[in-house]
Amino acid sequence: MKSRWALLAFALLGAAPLRAQVTFERILNAEREPANWLSYSGTVTNQRYSRLEQITAANVKDLKLQWIWQAASLEKFEATALVVDGVLYTVQAPNTVVALDAATGRIFWTFSYEPSADARTCCGRVNRGLAILGDTLYMGTIDAHLLAIDAKSGKLVWNTMVESSAQHYSITMSPVIVKDKVLIGTAGGDIGIRGVIAAFDAKTGKEVWRIHTIPGAGEPGSETWAGDSWKEGGAAVWNAGAYDRETNLVFFGTGNPAPDWDGRGRAGDNLYSNSVLALDADTGKMKWYYQFTPHDEIDYDSTQVPVLADITWHGEPRKLMLWANRNGVMYVLDRVTGKFLLGKPYVEVNWMDGFDANGRPHKTAAQPSKEGTLMRPHVHGATNWAPPSYSPKTGLFYVAHWEHSGIIAIQGEFPRGVGVNTAQTQMGQPNLLPFFNDDHEAYGVIRAYDPQTLEAKWEYKMADITWGGVLSTAGDVVFGGGKEGYFVALDARTGKELWRLAVGGQINSGPMSYSVGGKQYVTVAAGSSLFAFALP
Amino acid sequence: MQRRVTALAFCALASLAGARVASAQHATAYDVEDGARTFASTCANCHGPDGNLIPGIDLGHGQFRRALTDRELENIIENGIPNTAMPPSPLLTEDAVQRLVAFLRSNAEQKPAPGKSGDPARGKALFEGKGECTDCHRIGTLGSRTGPDLTRIGLQRRAADIEKSLLDPKAEIQAGNRLVRLVTADGKEVKGRLLNHDTYTVQLLDWDEHLRSFNKADLREFAFEDSPMPSAKKKLSSQQITDLVAYLSSLRGP
Repeated sequence: MKSRWALLAFALLGAAPLRAQVTFERILNAEREPANWLSYSGTVTNQRYSRLEQITAANVKDLKLQWIWQAASLEKFEATALVVDGVLYTVQAPNTVVALDAATGRIFWTFSYEPSADARTCCGRVNRGLAILGDTLYMGTIDAHLLAIDAKSGKLVWNTMVESSAQHYSITMSPVIVKDKVLIGTAGGDIGIRGVIAAFDAKTGKEVWRIHTIPGAGEPGSETWAGDSWKEGGAAVWNAGAYDRETNLVFFGTGNPAPDWDGRGRAGDNLYSNSVLALDADTGKMKWYYQFTPHDEIDYDSTQVPVLADITWHGEPRKLMLWANRNGVMYVLDRVTGKFLLGKPYVEVNWMDGFDANGRPHKTAAQPSKEGTLMRPHVHGATNWAPPSYSPKTGLFYVAHWEHSGIIAIQGEFPRGVGVNTAQTQMGQPNLLPFFNDDHEAYGVIRAYDPQTLEAKWEYKMADITWGGVLSTAGDVVFGGGKEGYFVALDARTGKELWRLAVGGQINSGPMSYSVGGKQYVTVAAGSSLFAFALP
Repeated sequence: MQRRVTALAFCALASLAGARVASAQHATAYDVEDGARTFASTCANCHGPDGNLIPGIDLGHGQFRRALTDRELENIIENGIPNTAMPPSPLLTEDAVQRLVAFLRSNAEQKPAPGKSGDPARGKALFEGKGECTDCHRIGTLGSRTGPDLTRIGLQRRAADIEKSLLDPKAEIQAGNRLVRLVTADGKEVKGRLLNHDTYTVQLLDWDEHLRSFNKADLREFAFEDSPMPSAKKKLSSQQITDLVAYLSSLRGP
C-alpha cells in the first residue's frame, strides 16, 4: 500500500505540468493573457478592454447563448466574474462564492458565508466581485470581513474582521491586489461610518497598514470639518481601485460626506469625501488627492472606477486618469501628480459652472435650499458604480450614464423626485419593471468620449436609465445594457447597434470576456443570473 | 406550562452543575426511543440517519451550533432557522419535540469522548510525518486537496467515525469525497475527486489539483473508483491511531 501512496505523492509533486498560479506579475501583465480575466476590470488599469478578437463588429450578430448560471439570490447581481485558466469565479449576493467551468457553466464548488445578522448596507446586500492571488480568492463581506478562500477547493483559508458591522461598516467592493497584499475599503457612508482603507497580508490576513479617509483631530484636513462631524463623516470606499506600477500608487474613490443631504453640521470642504486618493501601495501614505465635489449635499459619491490610460494627450505623452463622476462632470487628471488637466460636464449640470486654476469647482447658487431647488444631476448621479471602459485601439472612453435627470433638493431632507421620475430613476433591482418616463425626465445612454476634449463621439440611447457597465474589445465591439434588460453589442467606432438580446432582468453589472479552448466568451449578469455568449 | 417549568428546572440544574448545559436528563427510555423514530421519519430526510449528512452539522455529536439548552433546540425544531434550509415542523406536538431532543441528547451521550486517551500533539506529528496523510489530505493550507479536507473534521465527524474511517476507509465514503476515473477520447487517463456531474458533463479536481471539466460524450470511459486510502490497521499501532483520532477530533476550522 505504501507504493500506492508513493505513486500518489509522485503525481502530486510533478508528474503533470502545473498550471501557473496567479502571481502578481500575471495580474500586472494581464493584457498579455486575454484568455483570462484576473481582476475586477480585467487589468490593474481598469480599462475593461478585452484583447480577444474572435468576436468582431462584423460577426457579433451571430452571437449565441452558451450557458446560464442562476444564482440562488434575489439581490442585484453586481459582481464581475474572474476567469483563470478555464475556471470562472463569481459571487452570489451577498457573499457566496462559486467556481464554475467557464465553458459550460457547471459548478466545481460553492463556498457559503453567513454574514453577521447585524450587517447593514444602504443599497442592497450586494457584492461586486473577487480578487485572486496565487491559489487564493479574496472577498469582502457585507459584515465588513475580508475572507481568503482556496480557489481549488472552496475552503476558507482565513477570515479577518476589517471593521465592525455593529458600527454599520460593510464591504461591497472587489479587493485590490498589490504585490503580496490585499487592499480593501469599507462602505457605510450613508449610515455614518468614518471611511477606512486597509491592506492585509495575502498569506496570513494580518493587517499591514490602515488609513482613514477622513483625517482625525489635528491632522491636515481636519479643519475642513466643523466640530466632531468628522467622526461619522462617511467618505466610504465601495468600488474597485486602480494601481500604477511605475509610481506604486493605488487609487481609490471616496464616497459622500455624512449626513448625505444635510451639510449644516459639517461646514467646510469635508476632506477627503468625494475625492480620489493616491496612496503609496506599500505604506498607505497619501501622495495626493483631488476632491471632485467639496462639501457635497446631494450624495455625489466619487466611488466610480478609476480608469488609467497612457496616451499622448495634447501632444505630450501623459499618464492619465479618466473619471466620469457621479456629479455629472468628467475629468482628466495626471495620475502621477494629481494635477487637474481637464474637466467638463458630460450631462446637464447646474450645481457648478466652471473651475479655478487648480481644478476646484465653482459652485452656483443652485444648492439645496429650504424651499427646494431643482438639482442636476439626480441624487443617484449621472453615473454611479457601473464600470466604464477605455479602448486603446479606438482611443475612446466608453461610459454608460443618464441624461436629463433632476431632483428637488430640500435642505436636510432626502431629495424629492420631479414629476414622473420619482419612480423611474431608482436604484437598480433584479427584475424588470413597467416604464413610463418621457425623455425630458431622464434616459440612459452609452457614449464614447474623446479623452482629448471630453466630447462625445457617438451615443447609443436607451429609454430607461442604466446601472450596467460597459466592456470594449479588440474586435471593435462595445457591450453594455441597462435597466431595460437588453444586452447589446455596439460598434465601438460608431455606436451602431449590432446585436441585442432580451435577458429578462435588469443588468447591474459590467460585462467581461475570456476564452477557453480557443473560443471567446462574453458574460453579463442580469436579473439573478449570469449569461455566457460565444459564436457558434 | 409544564414544559416551561421543566425547562426552568433544567436551567437551574445546569447552573448548579456549573459547566454542563441543560440536557434531557429526566427522559425515559421510551422518550428516547420515540424521539429516535421521529428523527428517522422527519429529520433523517435531510440530516441523514446519523445526523451528520449535512456538512458542518453533526446532530449526533451533542454540540449544536445554534442551541445550547433543550428549549433552544426545541425552538429550532418547532420554528426552523430563517433563511436556511431548516424548515419549521408545525405538525410535531410539544411532547414529540421534547422526545426528539431527548433522543439527540442521548445519542450524544452514547458516543465516546473525542480522542479521550490520545495525544493530539503526537497525532499531529504522525499526520504530517510518518503517516503521510498530507499526501492526500489538507488541513488549513498544509497538504493536498485531492482527498477530503480535514480542517474542520472535528466538527463534522465523531471520533468513532474518524477511527472507523482510518481502519476501514472503504466502508463509508461521503458523497462529496467520491473518486472517479475517466479516459479521454485520445486515451489519456484522468483520476480525481468528483465535484459534480450531470447527463452531459463531469467536473473534478484531478490528482494535480486542477479543476477540470469534461463532456461525457468525449470520454471513452467514466467510472467511480474505490478510495485509494490504505487502512491504518497494519500501518499504525493502536496508540498511534488513538493519537491520530485525538488530533483529528481537535480540528475545528481555520
